[in-house]
Formats: sequence, C-alpha cells, structure tokens
Amino acid sequence: MDGKPNPSVTSRKENGQLIVTPAGDWTIESVGELVREMRKIERANDHGKTVLDLSQLGKLDTAGAFLLSRSVYQCRTPDADWHFRGYHATARELLGDVVQNSGECVPDVNTSRFGFVRAAERIGVGLEGAWQEAVSTFAFLGKTILVFMASVARPWRFRITPIFHVMEEAGVNALPIVAVLSFFIGAVVAFMGANLLETFGASIFTVELVGLAVLREFGVLITAIMLAGRSDSAFTAAIGSMKMQQEIDAMRVLGIDPYEALVVPRVIACVIMAPLLAFAAVIAGLLGGLLVSWSALDISPAFFVSRLQDSIDISHFWVGMSKAPIFGLIIAIVGCKQGLEVGGDVESLGRHVTASVVQSIFAVIIVDALFAMMYLELDI
Amino acid sequence: MSDPDALIEVRGLRTAFGTHVVHDDLNLTVRRGEVLGLVGGSGTGKSVLLNTILGLIKPTRGDIYFNGHLLRNMSGEERRTLQGRWGVLFQSGALFSSLTVRENVMAPMREHLSLPRELMVELADMKIAMSGLGPEAATKYPAELSGGMKKRAGLARALALDPDILFLDEPTAGLDPIGAAAFDELILDLKKTLGLTVFMVTHDLDSLYAICDRVAVLADKACVAVAPIDELLQHDHPWIQDYFHGPRGRAASSARGG
Repeated sequence: MDGKPNPSVTSRKENGQLIVTPAGDWTIESVGELVREMRKIERANDHGKTVLDLSQLGKLDTAGAFLLSRSVYQCRTPDADWHFRGYHATARELLGDVVQNSGECVPDVNTSRFGFVRAAERIGVGLEGAWQEAVSTFAFLGKTILVFMASVARPWRFRITPIFHVMEEAGVNALPIVAVLSFFIGAVVAFMGANLLETFGASIFTVELVGLAVLREFGVLITAIMLAGRSDSAFTAAIGSMKMQQEIDAMRVLGIDPYEALVVPRVIACVIMAPLLAFAAVIAGLLGGLLVSWSALDISPAFFVSRLQDSIDISHFWVGMSKAPIFGLIIAIVGCKQGLEVGGDVESLGRHVTASVVQSIFAVIIVDALFAMMYLELDI
Repeated sequence: MSDPDALIEVRGLRTAFGTHVVHDDLNLTVRRGEVLGLVGGSGTGKSVLLNTILGLIKPTRGDIYFNGHLLRNMSGEERRTLQGRWGVLFQSGALFSSLTVRENVMAPMREHLSLPRELMVELADMKIAMSGLGPEAATKYPAELSGGMKKRAGLARALALDPDILFLDEPTAGLDPIGAAAFDELILDLKKTLGLTVFMVTHDLDSLYAICDRVAVLADKACVAVAPIDELLQHDHPWIQDYFHGPRGRAASSARGG
C-alpha cells in the first residue's frame, strides 16, 4: 500500500467550460491537503459549466469522490455525461452515489450562552431540580413503606435470600473498613484532645472527649458515610444496569414488583446492618482512643475503661445507635431511587451513581444535625 | 492452503474459555474483494471468531494473518495502520454514548487522520446519509435512536475511513425488510466501487443469497464448509441441510428464484 502517487488537481478554461483534472490517488488519507484548492475551484466558476477529466485519476474512495463531486454537485444535472471526460473504472458510479447522499448539513445544536442571565437561569434550574428531587425522594420513601406494609401483611412475600445477600455484601463485608476507619478517627480525636487538654493540665478528660465524640457522632457517622460510598453506589449501579437491560421491565410484565424484589430487601438489610456496623465502629473508635491514651498519656486501659463507665452516661451510646437505622434507611432509599431513575444510556448511569452518593451523604449529615438539635432540646 | 488472493487467513485456531473449547483447529480464508458470510447455530462462536480476528480475544493456539502478516507479531504502529483500514460494526452498534451520531462517525477520522473539521463534518454527514439515516439523525445522541437506527449509525462509523475490510456482526438483524434490502444494496455497491472486502456474521438468509460470494459454516468447533451458496446447498453436513432446506431456507431460496 505504499508508494502512493500524491493527489493533485489542475484546472483550465476551455470553450467557456472549466476543465478540472484530478490526478493521483484521491483517498481519505490524502485529500485533506486538497480542500483549499477545491474550494477555490468551486468558488471560481458557476457549477453548470464544470467538466471533470477522470483520465489521470488513480484510486478513489468516497472521501475523494465527495470532494470532487462538490464542483459539479450544485448544478441541475450533476449526472449528465458532458460533465465527465476520460475513463475511470469506478469514479462515475462513486460520484453518483456520493452526490445522491450529499445534502444540507444540519448544524450542531449549540446551547452554550454566557452572562448574568444564563448564570441566574442555572441557579434557578438547580434549585428547582433540588426541590423536585427532595419531593420525589419522599414519594419514593412513601411508596416503599407502602410496599413494605403490604409485605408485612403477607410475610411469605418477603424475599429472605436477597435480604441476607445484601446484609452480607453491604454489612459484613464493610466491617473491616468501617472498623479500621473508626479506629483511626478515635485515635486522632484522642491525640488532638491530649495535646489541647494537656495545656490545662486536664489531659485526663481525653477519656470523656473520646467517649462522647465516638459514641454520639463519629461511630455512626463513619458507618453512614462508608455505607453511602460503598453500598449506595453499588445499589444504584446494580439496579441502574438492570434498568438499562430492560430487566426491570421484564420483572413488571412478569408480575414481579421491582419495589418488592429490589428495594424492600435492600432497605431491610441496611436498616438491620447499619446499627450493627455502627456498634462495631464505636468499639473500634474507643479502642483507638484507648491505645493513644495509653501510649501518649500513660492512662492505663483499665483506668480508661473505668473512667468511661463512671463519667459517660449510657444514654450517649443510645443517642448514637438510635441514628444508625435512620441513616441506613436514607442510604438504601436514595440508592434504590437513583437506580430506578437510570435511563437507557451509560451516561445517565454514571450521573445517577454520582447523585446517589452525593445525595445520601448530604442527607445523612443534614439529618445528623437535626438529631443533634433534637437531643439538645431534649437534654439528652 | 495458501491462497494468493487471501486477505485474512486463520490457521489452526483454538479458542477456549477455561475448559470450554469454542473453536478447535479452525481454518478460514477471506479472499480480497469478496463478501464472506459466516453462519452457524447459536453458541457456535461466530462472534467469538469475529472478535478473535479483530484481536479482541487472544486465541489459545493458532495464527491469524492479515495480508500475509501475522497479527500476533504486529508492532503497535502496524496494528494502528491496520485498524485505520478496517471498519467494524458490532451487533448492537456500540456507539459512544457521550457523542452525537455525527461525532461518532467523525471519531475514527479524528483518531487516524488530520482533516479540516469542516470536511470531516461533511464526510460524516455523507456517510450517515449513505447508511440510510436522515440528516436530522446527525445531531442526535445514541440514546435517542431506535435499535435499527443505532445499527445504521454504527455502519456509518464503520465506513468512516473508507475501509478496505468491513467486519459486520449481524448487520441486518433488527432492520425492517426494506432497510435490510437497502443495506444489502449498499454493501454490493461499495464492494463494486471501492473493492471492499466484507466479513459478515449473519442469520439473514436473504442477505446470504443476495450479497455473499461465499458462505462459511461454523459447526462442531470448526469451519465445516466454505463455498458459494449453491455448492453449500449440496453439502451433506446435517446442520447445513437443516439450515438451507428448512422452511425459511426454502422460502429465501425460492424468493430469489433459485
């Protein structure tokens, strides 16, 4: 395929006609250089009087033919014989095909605008979208509760196998990472506290600091954020790709309620596993704090534990644990909802996985703040 | 075995996934300028063979030659050149979902050539028209197209570089009969004007009769016969008999008046 004669084009006037003589191989690899020359030829004459001399032409493909055809394309009879001179095995036919398939270009849709109005519009659209998203998530929650209640009335309809499968996937398999993260958070809190409290000579209060922070907030929050990052994306991706493959539609026509088969098991599994994971996170966090206190502050483990028992009320533990099932519920609902909203293409799958993780972490932190205010009012 | 006209030669191919052997000692030659149809029952590994030839699946054993060059030994540069000279249409179109149809068709041009953008747009629109889509399809995204339209857009992309070899995986499946006939005509046309070589996996008996110069039959993990369709009709392999002499085979053959 090497040693190709370079393509070239010449034109001359003859009896009021413009004779265009292409030479060499006019293929897609090489015609790029000829665009400008051909434009000049096109502009120079009115199309009714162009004659193509094909005798010098080598290889021709559709790209080359397209470029050639434009010089005769706009006249009334582009196929007429007097437009052509010389013999080429395939050129006439190819030019005919090309002319037949050339038409008006539809311009690309260009929506990018700039300026203040555009910015305001985007903010408005964003706010409206966020509001609608919130409303539809609550609607989804309602629908799920309804289906759940219907299943409670007929308990044999609960799908036990998927529930346990999700419990293992999202719960048991997340245990190591949740515990390790929480351990380090507990250790970091103890370090920070030790440094700060030592300046007051009150480093013993590190125990209270670690206990309060881990029991009330960090244990459950770390769990929720890990669940959101790890399991939410998995839920959305799994349900979303089922949606893309029409599996959800297949379920519906087979009389299987996708809420019952996909959403409820995930919700149940998350609501059960979140407190268990949070409990593990609390233990790991306390352990982290304990080790740091021991090594940096010479607080013996036995003393740490007994002080924890004396000074931290058990209610702090229950405050933390009470939030876990709610967070589990939020995560499962958001993940499943986003999954079911995936459209037919890969782009939307990616968009919804992102939305699912962002929304669930956002919702978890907002709800956590609401809980904090509530417990503050209740003096717990 | 060595054919002077051979463009693609597959020799002693064995493909296996774990313990599941798909092909064993498969030989096949695709000649320059011919349209070769590949048929076989479901699960005989038609798409696997296609993907192996394209280099997407590594065979366990055996050689694949393009133009006498061993695919396995090609350098990155040689492979790129080869990829610039072939066009592939996958079963479901395999369009890039983040690009419009026009941008999809322009993608191979951008990758392999340096053409002015304007010319690329015009060429892409021409290919889109050639593959039977209306001009309004150019600015649509694949998600907005029907299955048949996706296939046509995939064909437009396969034709983008005016390839020497065209690989088609069930090109007419999912097209309406009029579209399928137009497709056959387009392939014949391109073969005549561009000297295109076509390797086509198909189940469409009408297509087989209309455009294939030779038909290869996959059965029993190998290529049991390669011949023009008239000779195949006489072949005594039971699957071939069932295939061409079943009710649909007879209908297609009588429709062609043969």
